[in-house]
Amino acid sequence: MKARIKITLKNGVLDPQGKAIQNALGALGFEGVNDVRQGKYIEVDVAGMSEDKARAEVERMCRDLLANTVIENYSFELAP
Amino acid sequence: MLRASVIVFPGSNCDRDVKTALEAITGFPVKMVWHGDATVPSSDLIVLPGGFSYGDYLRCGAMAAQSPIMRDVVEKARKGTPVLGICNGFQILCESGLLPGVLMRNKSLHFICRDVHLKVETDKTFFTGCYRPGEVIRVPIAHAEGNYFADTETLDRLEGEGRVVFRYSDAEGTVSPETCPNGAQRNIAGIADPTGRIVGMMPHPERLYEKMLGGTDGRRVFESAVVGAVAAMG
Repeated sequence: MKARIKITLKNGVLDPQGKAIQNALGALGFEGVNDVRQGKYIEVDVAGMSEDKARAEVERMCRDLLANTVIENYSFELAP
Repeated sequence: MLRASVIVFPGSNCDRDVKTALEAITGFPVKMVWHGDATVPSSDLIVLPGGFSYGDYLRCGAMAAQSPIMRDVVEKARKGTPVLGICNGFQILCESGLLPGVLMRNKSLHFICRDVHLKVETDKTFFTGCYRPGEVIRVPIAHAEGNYFADTETLDRLEGEGRVVFRYSDAEGTVSPETCPNGAQRNIAGIADPTGRIVGMMPHPERLYEKMLGGTDGRRVFESAVVGAVAAMG
């Protein structure tokens, strides 16, 4: 089973990389780009456990390592 | 005999600079401890050096914070062994939860390598006892992720408890957004834990510890530790 994990910066946390991407989009002529926030996407393949157990394990992975909850939010979905 | 240990992670690159500085200042050999080891030998102080541990994968310091040796560093730190984290070492201290907050990408997105002025905010830590509060020193920074971030409540607590150790300033000691090289909140360049025995700082005191290197303003970080360690021995 695959956990598809999205990690994003919390609202209010300055995202200089997002700003740089936004500027580059503007330079390329894209109009109407209000804001850009960048983050991370991580896939974790877990095996040999129930969906409930996998959910609890991935939750712990996010909290303990994958995200820094001082500045980041995380969310994930499980797919077969 | 002063027993200092420097932790070496894959990707550390200031470990030998710190060893050289500590040995010159303390007069005793310094132990280099590999990240895969289970325990740090009994030490009067531990230094987490600068560099790019684990290639800065995931987040700076995130992987190192989970390495085997860090379990023992955290345990020893919680029992009172003084720990200094320099640059990547500061990032590791934050990621391991020994210090609050996080070091984010510099506001300018650039890697910045140059001397900066620091205002010493407190002499009440294990690593700043030989400085005068308010004194301005010159020490180099070399980082892309030194933009200190914590929520307002944490920042207020750090200030209220006198745990901001260094701030980026100008040569006169004026602290303003213009004197902040990386966007760090409230110009914070270094902080301490509530006991003052755990200190994290982005600037590199080991790079200016003797005249031949162009300055000696970083030297007293290590001298302070010697004074503190001797006092602790009674």
